[in-house]
Amino acid sequence: MNFAGHYSYWITVFLMIAGLYVVIARGNLIKKLIGLGIFQTSVYLLYIAPGKLIGGTAPIIASGFGTYSNPLPHVLILTAIVVGVATLALGLAIVVRIHEAYGSIEEDEILDRDLTGQEGR
Amino acid sequence: MIGEHLPALQVVVPLVAAPLIVLLRSAPLAWLLAVGVSWASLVIAVALLLQVQSGGVISYAIGSWPPPWGIEYRVDALNAYVLVLVGLVASVVAPYARSSVAAELPRERHYLFYCMYMLCLAGLLGIAITGDAFNLFVFLEISSLSTYVLIALGRNRRALLAAYQYLIMGTIGATFYVIGIGLLYLMTGTLNLADMASRLREVHELRPVLAALAFITVGVSLKLALFPLHFWLPNAYACAPSPVTAFLAATATKVSVYVLLRFYFSVFGAAFVFERLPMRGLVLTLSVLAAVTASFVAVFQQDLKRMFAYSSVAQIGYITLGIALVNENGLAGAVVHLFNHGVTKAALFLLVGGIALRTGQVTFERVAGLGRRMPLTSLGIVIAGLSLIGTPGTAGFISKWYLVLGALDRGEWWLAALIVASSLIAVAYVWRFVEAAYLREPAPGVAGSGEAPDGMLVPAWLMVAACVYFGLDTSYSLGGARAAVAVLLGGAP
Repeated sequence: MNFAGHYSYWITVFLMIAGLYVVIARGNLIKKLIGLGIFQTSVYLLYIAPGKLIGGTAPIIASGFGTYSNPLPHVLILTAIVVGVATLALGLAIVVRIHEAYGSIEEDEILDRDLTGQEGR
Repeated sequence: MIGEHLPALQVVVPLVAAPLIVLLRSAPLAWLLAVGVSWASLVIAVALLLQVQSGGVISYAIGSWPPPWGIEYRVDALNAYVLVLVGLVASVVAPYARSSVAAELPRERHYLFYCMYMLCLAGLLGIAITGDAFNLFVFLEISSLSTYVLIALGRNRRALLAAYQYLIMGTIGATFYVIGIGLLYLMTGTLNLADMASRLREVHELRPVLAALAFITVGVSLKLALFPLHFWLPNAYACAPSPVTAFLAATATKVSVYVLLRFYFSVFGAAFVFERLPMRGLVLTLSVLAAVTASFVAVFQQDLKRMFAYSSVAQIGYITLGIALVNENGLAGAVVHLFNHGVTKAALFLLVGGIALRTGQVTFERVAGLGRRMPLTSLGIVIAGLSLIGTPGTAGFISKWYLVLGALDRGEWWLAALIVASSLIAVAYVWRFVEAAYLREPAPGVAGSGEAPDGMLVPAWLMVAACVYFGLDTSYSLGGARAAVAVLLGGAP
């Protein structure tokens, strides 16, 4: 297997697993969202990297344009980025509301306060 | 004229209604528009189903870009069936929402509720109707994002936490789905589901396809709350406002099951998934575990909403069990259970919403003696509960009957026995309600103020009547399911 030749995939998979790990391992609600962001971003790379051919051009039908890079993955990922931004914005908005209601953004403290019925600030 | 554009209108009408509602801002107008649009989508869905029954598969090219280059909306017997279910539940929940939302949300937020409701409806209808894998992801996120907002609208602060947890799980699920689609796109160079199916037959490098199957299975299973990926569901259902719970329980998970069916049977092919891979054993084991353990957990819940939420996890187990049977009767049972369980759960959560309105909380202490305070609501819950158990004469019986037949067709009598046994656990938790409502004295201090308002009781009872009707006359529900199964087992759409 050509290790160096597949370096973009190695980066993708590393980011994917790192992001997912942060989501699972961290108790801080903001840090979880950061992990989620990294996880989603890795997928953008997964789509975009194979779309690029070295020496490839935009798909123009004319003489002198022989190898094309595929533009479709970029368009798809543009959509996915919009979705990612919306998710992150909504996630952060919910965290703000959680902070108002509980006075904390640490998962264990929040669950504690739910059990004891303690009010936030 | 307008008939040929029905597939686009199915999604566009609720999608346009959402920003219109934000512009209107007035709560009564927003509600009227939401009801009108929900009814319109039911009419369109039924018209599409009739068109499919008489004229076969409808292929609609969005923006006149011919598939596989443009996005194709493709309606066949299976997704027309799902569209009708979503449209039906939406049209019953929308009128119900008025009294419920008025009681549960501050007045200045009412229009936002209806806006999100329309977006969620558009997303769910879009998932069901589109024939493009990436378009499906976009609709999945439209419906999911609006669902997170709807859940966060719940009165209790726990609703916020439930929405956050669902946001994390749902996003991971959707991202897994996109990874799977990405791998399939790398192997086939197409995003059109039908085109993808035919090109996959020529792919010889199997490993990326297997990875894609794994990612899509896990991603979609998170969305449909297949055991053991169901942890977000009970919190989300218990904390969300009542109309939201009823709408989600009856449609969101069902649409995700549709996505799973579509990928297993139409894209990868049943032979690949269930014969060459050990997927059958895996799905079967998880389904049986879901049906048994979630039913057990439901018995020990103190809160009606939470109890029925766990029961939903169990019922989803029955549906995936039917998928894993991979024969005509089993699949018919699974597809008809999509519909029957949707109707049953909608009835239950709508009625429980009425109790929540009158008593505040729906714990078992609060519902003690409910049979005298709210006789119609209690009777409705008992009838819908019977359908949940699968008593003959109710809708639930039809689906369980076909699941058992499917298991016996494969010669797996132990599986049939397990289906019946887990239904008996359902008897236990429905009985807990009967015992509390009819045999216990009401706790002092919870003097009820009578039945829920008519605006809530009438839609709920419509669903209860549907539970009984579809148990007696199966020509529509089972007929539609059989046509859908013919599509699934007939190979590519």
